[in-house]
This record gives sequence, C-alpha cells and structure tokens, in this order.
Amino acid sequence: MLQIDVEACIGCGVCESTCTFGAIKVEGGVAVVGETCTLCGSCVDVCEVGALSIKREEKATQGNLADWSGVWVYAECRHGRLAPVALELLGAGRKLAEKRGVPLSAVLLGSKIKSLADELIAYGADTVFVVDDPALASFTDDAYGNALSALAKKHKPEIILAGATAIGRSFIPRVATTLATGLTADCTDLAIRDEDGVLLQTRPAFGGNIMATIVCPHTRPQISTVRPLVMKPLVRDGGRKGEVVDGNLDPALLKPRVKVLESVVEDLDRVNLSEADIVVAGGRGLENEKGFAMIRELADVLGGAVAASRAAVDSGWIPYPHQVGQTGKTVAPKVYIACGISGAIQHLVGMQSADTIIAINRDADAPIFDVATYGIVGDVFEIVPKLIEKFKDRKSA
Amino acid sequence: MKIIVCVKQVPDAKDVRLDPKTNTLSREGVQAIMNPYDRHALEEAVRLKEQHGGTVTVVSMGPPQAEEMLREAVSCGADEAVLVSDRAFAGADTWATTYTLSQAIKKIDDFDLILCGKQAIDGDTAQVGPGLAERLDIPFVAYVRKINDCTGDTIRAERLMDDGYDLLEVGLPALFTVVKEINEPRIPSLKGKMKAKKIDIAKMTAADIEADPEQLGLKGSTTQVVRVFSPELKGERAMLGGTPDEQVAQLYEKLSPLL
Repeated sequence: MLQIDVEACIGCGVCESTCTFGAIKVEGGVAVVGETCTLCGSCVDVCEVGALSIKREEKATQGNLADWSGVWVYAECRHGRLAPVALELLGAGRKLAEKRGVPLSAVLLGSKIKSLADELIAYGADTVFVVDDPALASFTDDAYGNALSALAKKHKPEIILAGATAIGRSFIPRVATTLATGLTADCTDLAIRDEDGVLLQTRPAFGGNIMATIVCPHTRPQISTVRPLVMKPLVRDGGRKGEVVDGNLDPALLKPRVKVLESVVEDLDRVNLSEADIVVAGGRGLENEKGFAMIRELADVLGGAVAASRAAVDSGWIPYPHQVGQTGKTVAPKVYIACGISGAIQHLVGMQSADTIIAINRDADAPIFDVATYGIVGDVFEIVPKLIEKFKDRKSA
Repeated sequence: MKIIVCVKQVPDAKDVRLDPKTNTLSREGVQAIMNPYDRHALEEAVRLKEQHGGTVTVVSMGPPQAEEMLREAVSCGADEAVLVSDRAFAGADTWATTYTLSQAIKKIDDFDLILCGKQAIDGDTAQVGPGLAERLDIPFVAYVRKINDCTGDTIRAERLMDDGYDLLEVGLPALFTVVKEINEPRIPSLKGKMKAKKIDIAKMTAADIEADPEQLGLKGSTTQVVRVFSPELKGERAMLGGTPDEQVAQLYEKLSPLL
C-alpha cells in the first residue's frame, strides 16, 4: 500500500504530475491515492518532503540462493545460424560473470548445431551446454522451454540472459514460470549491485516514457531478456579455451504440443533493417504514401534501408516490418536520418544508439532534435529532394 | 467453441511525452483505454465465434473502473465479461498476474481457446500470455498474425518471427497472443451497445478465485521495481541553419565522410 503522511505532505502536487497512472491527486491540500495505483514508486522518489512511502510486504526467500551460481546466456540460433544477439549477450554476460567471480556458460539448442559451440567459446563462453536433437530443428515453446528449464534445474545458474527476440520473448516467460522465478523483459542495461550481488535490470516501460530498474531478490535464477543491438560483443578470440558439455536430456522433454508445418523466411526489405549501416526513416510529416517514395529514393541513393515511425505504419503508408521503436525494431546504424519524425519517446528508444542521427523536421521544438547529432529545421519536401540530388551528383561524379 | 479473451485497461500512452522543463510525464488528456493489442484478440475471437459458433468471454484483472472497458468489449461482440478485482492484487508483477488470472480462469467454465494481445502498451513485457499458458499447462503460440483454419480440435495459424513466419498446427485447448496484423477491429454495433448497457459484469475477488494470499499483488511478486527514472537523451543538437540550399550543403559536408 502507498502510505501518505498527511502531516508531512505540503500538497505541492509533484506526485500528482509524476504519476503515470493518474492515481494520486491533491485534494484539500494533501495527496490522496486512488484505485489505479500500481505501487510503482515514482511518487515516492520525487516527494521532496518524504511524505510518501510504500509498505512492502516482501515475498519470502525461496531456498538457499547461494546454491545458484554462474551466468548463462541462451545462444539463440535459427535456420542453423547464431543470432547476433547471442554474441552480444556473451559480451554482457562476461562482465557480469567477472564481477560475480563466476563462470559464463552458453546454452545451445537446436538440430545439427554442435559446430556452433566453438564460436560461442571464441566470443567468451567458458562452457557450452549443447542439446542437439532433431526434435529441436524448429522452434517450439514446449521443447525449447522444457530443455532450458531442465538444464537450469540441474546446473542452477544465478543469472540467465536471452535475446528479446521473437523466440526469446516467446519461450523465456515459460521458463521463468516453470522455475517459479522472476523475469524482466527487454532490458537495455544490466549491472550487479555492489552490496549483495543482485542483478540490476533496467528496461524501458510505458512506451519508453520511463526507465525502470528491476530486481529479482528472493528467487533464482534471475532471468532477463535483453534488447538486441544494445550490448557489445567481445572481440573474437579463436584461441580461447572452453568446454562443450552434452546437455543429456530425457527425449520425452523435447516433445512439442505445437507442430511447425513450415518455416518461411521473408526478405521484406532489400537490406535487413537491423543490420543496415544507413537507415532513412520517415514519419507523420511525410503526409502520405507518396511521401515515402521520397524516403525510398534517398535510401536507395545512400545504399541504406527504409524505416518508419509508428505513426507512419499505423497510417498504412508502409508495412509493420519497417517500424522502428518500442513496439517495432531496434536499430543502431552508423547513420540514421529521421525525416518528418517528431520523435515520440517510443520511437527514440528504438534508434537513439545510432552513431550519427540527423533530424529534418518543420517543428523546431520537436523532441527528435534532442537526440540529433545534426538538425535541420525545414520542410522535408524541400530538403530531402535537394539532398537526393546532391548525393546523385556525387554518385555520378 | 468457447473462447476467453484477456483484456487490460491501460493509460493511452500514444502521445505521452516528457516535459523537457520538469522532466516529468505530461499526461494531459491521457485516458484509460483497452490495450490496443487486446482489441485485436477480441476481434479475432468474435470472428471465430461468428464462423464456428460458441461464446466469447472477456476477462480482466484490474481496478473497478475497468468495468467500463469490459462493457466496451461486450459492445464489440463479447458475450460475457468477468472483472477480477481486489485491493490484494495491487502491485502484481507478471508472475503474480498470471497466478491471479489462472485462478480466475479455472473458475470460469471450460474453454477451447484463450486469446491475448501480444503485450500491453504500459508495461510492454509480453509475459502474461506465455506465463498464463504455462500455469494452465496448455500449448502456447506467440505473435499469431493469421488463423488459417480451425476445426474445433485443432487450429492452423501463422506465427510472426523476426525473419519471416512459421505455419503451425496446434491442438486445443491452447493460448495464443496476437499481433495487430491479424485483423481490423470493428467498431461497436448499436445492438452491441444496448447489450453492453444491460449486461451484468461478473465480479471475482481474491476469495472468489480461492487464491493463496502469499501469491498475490506486491507480496506475491518475484520482481521489484527499485528505481524509476526518465530516459536520458544525449544528442549534440548541432542545428544547421541558413537557406534550404545552405542547410543541405552543410548536411552534405557532414554526411559525406560517414558514407
């Protein structure tokens, strides 16, 4: 429950304007909490007179937490290829493991994928647990969830990291539920708390409007899915030594209740958005589908990929696979050119780690300029065609 | 076919922005709405009912005012609505939420299919669907973008993946989470609105669902929020001024070495 010390409250209203849920109001000079309070704690943090507190009745600690040790990375692969996020997670996991003074392991699930284990060692894993079975050829929540849960029950890692990909966000919640522990989705920062070695998991919430740091204090393992393209992989070291261990699971665990009849790879864009070095993005300011033709042309001239804000996708000007932001893709290209995008926070969280961000927008107060390396206040329909001409000339020169 | 749709009332976050001066959220005019993804789940359930017969029951865990959203769901084609509401649920993380919903669903009649939105736009965790399926021990498919075929015992559906899609066959009962591409939700019909006005929304409390108090709300949660803060924006903000030609010339100079 949120407790309000009416003696201390000065009715300043800071809590009211901070509450994301509209749950707290100043009435008759003191703060009053309503039914929509989710106990998120943001009002407690901003209250300058310390009038607010949350009485926390905590969950009892389950078992001996010290029995759980080591950092694990779920090394996602699909169609026989490692997902880039697997290597990024080994980079992040290495740091956590060193801080905790424990080994870093990778878990590799699939069919005919054993040869990928050496690659995981080269990128930082001390041990690779492999379950190589034809039943794992296609991704199913049942088989993958059972396999990872069974391995975790047996070897007891304190931390498990997985990519916040379609696969990771689908089956990791099942693993957390099976292991009766907490899970934090879509993290963008991970650190170890100095006092007690607990994993601090930071993630955007509320469409990216707020960042929240979350802990899982009373159960193990602590599980996070981590947004791709946020963590950095280590430099590959082919000389690193590590151990490959057969997971050795009961085949009955790998029987899925869902049958994958077909797995179709769609190449929706000439360049894969998440891997492109140059991304040209359009938003509401393009006004219609025709506006996007201009964006495509600029992308073509620059050899880049086309992206869009949610507003543009929701308007039907371009399909969803092009959407960048909290509910779309995350990109981190060398150059991101935002044309007619106002910069709603939910868009910014998907592109702000680009090396160079260029914003072109009519509105000088648009938040997109707050993340821009270079900004142009102007009409996209005037600026973009001129830019296309310039680069065309350069190309032909 | 008996279909349950889980819906959540969320603040409409679409146009919420940070106030650059106070660094707090500007919530002016932000209303409580049905989570947009859940709207697509509801629409798909109503379409399945129209094709195959059966009933659609919407279930929501939330504060008393979520009743309004449940009435809206009825106006869009749901037959029954259940509000699972109790002060003891406050502060629940996804672990405690899936426990609460699973207890409530066990109290509702048998079902063939549970549909949920892929995630809620406030928390964006996408964990309640899969967690609930595991609690109920039924097959789960995330990111369903199309239901191709439904026989009553099995469903064929397409699951959106990062690199394309998978075509799947699933035995029922099962739980799916759906993406926006699956359909275009309808607007309430006049008949639906009449029904929504009159319908008796079933209420369930912690006692009604025979919940273990240790598993509920903040106390039952495995995760805790220790800090909430505003995201940092770190642009250099070098504004390129002058006439459009001058602006483009400067930008060309800056961009050329990067390409």
